[in-house]
Amino acid sequence: MGRRGSAPSAFPGVGIDMENFFTRYKNPMVLMAVILIQVVALATQVKRPDSRTPGSSGTPLIRSWTMALFTPFERTLVATGHFFRNTWHNYIDLHDVRKQNRELQDELARLRLEQVRLRAGADESQRLRALLDFKERFVGQTLAAEVIGTSGTDLSRIIQIDKGSRAGVKQDMAVITPDGIVGKVKDVSSLSSLVLMINDRESGAGVILQNSRLHGILRGVGQGELQVSDIMSDERVDTGEAVVTSGGDGVYPKGLPAGTVTKVAGDSEGGPFLFVKIKPAANLERLEEVLIVTKVAEEAPVAAGDSAPRRAAEILAERLPSVSKTPDNTAGNKTPANGTAGPAPVANSGPTATMNKPAAAAATPKSKPELKTGDASTPARKPKAPAKPSPTPSADDAAAGDNSETPQPAEKKSQQPPSPEPEKPPR
Amino acid sequence: MSYTISLTSREDIDVHRFSWPVSIAIPLLALFIQVFVSRRLGFIKIFDLPLLVTIFFAVARRRPVPGLITGAAIGTLQDVFAGSYIGLNGIAKTVIGYLASSLGVRIDVDNPGSRFLMTLAFCLVHRIVYMIIDIGLVGGTEPWYWGHTLVSSVANGLLAVLLFAGMDRLKQRP
Repeated sequence: MGRRGSAPSAFPGVGIDMENFFTRYKNPMVLMAVILIQVVALATQVKRPDSRTPGSSGTPLIRSWTMALFTPFERTLVATGHFFRNTWHNYIDLHDVRKQNRELQDELARLRLEQVRLRAGADESQRLRALLDFKERFVGQTLAAEVIGTSGTDLSRIIQIDKGSRAGVKQDMAVITPDGIVGKVKDVSSLSSLVLMINDRESGAGVILQNSRLHGILRGVGQGELQVSDIMSDERVDTGEAVVTSGGDGVYPKGLPAGTVTKVAGDSEGGPFLFVKIKPAANLERLEEVLIVTKVAEEAPVAAGDSAPRRAAEILAERLPSVSKTPDNTAGNKTPANGTAGPAPVANSGPTATMNKPAAAAATPKSKPELKTGDASTPARKPKAPAKPSPTPSADDAAAGDNSETPQPAEKKSQQPPSPEPEKPPR
Repeated sequence: MSYTISLTSREDIDVHRFSWPVSIAIPLLALFIQVFVSRRLGFIKIFDLPLLVTIFFAVARRRPVPGLITGAAIGTLQDVFAGSYIGLNGIAKTVIGYLASSLGVRIDVDNPGSRFLMTLAFCLVHRIVYMIIDIGLVGGTEPWYWGHTLVSSVANGLLAVLLFAGMDRLKQRP
């Protein structure tokens, strides 16, 4: 007050009015200022679409710091809970364990038998896929993580896991359970990460209906429900049909279970698409542990018999640095790399022929190109393993067009250790 | 001369203070329970404990600036864990903190009935503000669930009656 009297204003009355104005409206002005700051911060986040793109480090700094601050406490709490729970379950509450053990042994025996059957089917499937030269994405490497928190609200379906960038987690990595897909990594801090679950409204995944082979997009539609969109209303979709990932979204590997169709209805607004409600395969409401897909391998699957000949050729190339690969010789060279092997048909005549000779091992076919081209005598085939130039023809090349029809003997040959000094091919 | 409309019969309204540890620990505890404990106890998600704490501190202090700053801080922290844009809850709880502290000056907010109604109303206002920001500024598409919002508001009002009674013991009278 005293200051007001001692400081004369250039504009009498204005200074007093302004001071009164600020004093009188201090609270609303502070409110506006705080809201303005937050709106600007909000706009900054919304304006950066790159923060949602894969591979970018778009996690806001404040989120990263706060999560790093809170996560150790939560981890400690969870670990303490596990300690007491494990102590109880592992040392005290052990009744019925013997009975369970017997049941599990029986189950194990049954599963072993089933595994044999499935393996046979898988081998056959791989061979067929190799024939068609399918490229397939599958889970290459996973990282187990524990769910330590949620968003705490029904407005978003987000969980917090106890693995972060230190463990190799990155944005947009797929998160799954053995039952099915869970979601994808949204934000990463050093010790923890936020996972956007598939039933969130902002989430989406490319899926296929397993029986009808219809493609669609799996979306959250609020209140934790899931729907497959973009299926035309004239298509036929049955209740109970399984839904698996298509792999086309670049996040989820192909073929993972996503859910089951529980309801099919026409669009209530008369739209051209069906309303296909899905029950998620994973129990999204009670997640304890999840797997983060840290590596998605993408390669063409090869038939079971293909890998052995290729390994044999590589072994030969490593141990025979002087053997060259001259296509000129290869084209007309029908002589075997190993004199004991004889001509190609002879070499193919039985798996026991010259199995202990490295050149004979190299004389095994590259069955993958053969499967692709269907031409076993193509002379221009290039060997994979590098070798130094040499006037002598490459054993690999020499055999390249010969015995590709019988990969099985070659597989056995490749298991034999090659001798350090192979015999020269007969001239 | 200005007149202040007041619905309280008391001559003067107590302005309460809180110790620093309480001012920090209680919001953090509410946030911790909301985010981490709700993993085990899913029904907690229907409550909004950070909002209740914001309302309690605002009406007890009866000073708008501390009230809105408390709301802003708690809301921002909640946004961090909710995974949504940081600022959605921050702005909504800033407004609630301001309104609650302004309301606390004018009406008696110490009896259970008024606490229930006040919290119920603030929950609805909070949701409305949140949705306006979400749709208007962020471009969100979350639909409005009237039934869920109403049930949640009533549940928060009932919890507030119990919670505020317990938290009254933390007040320091000047």
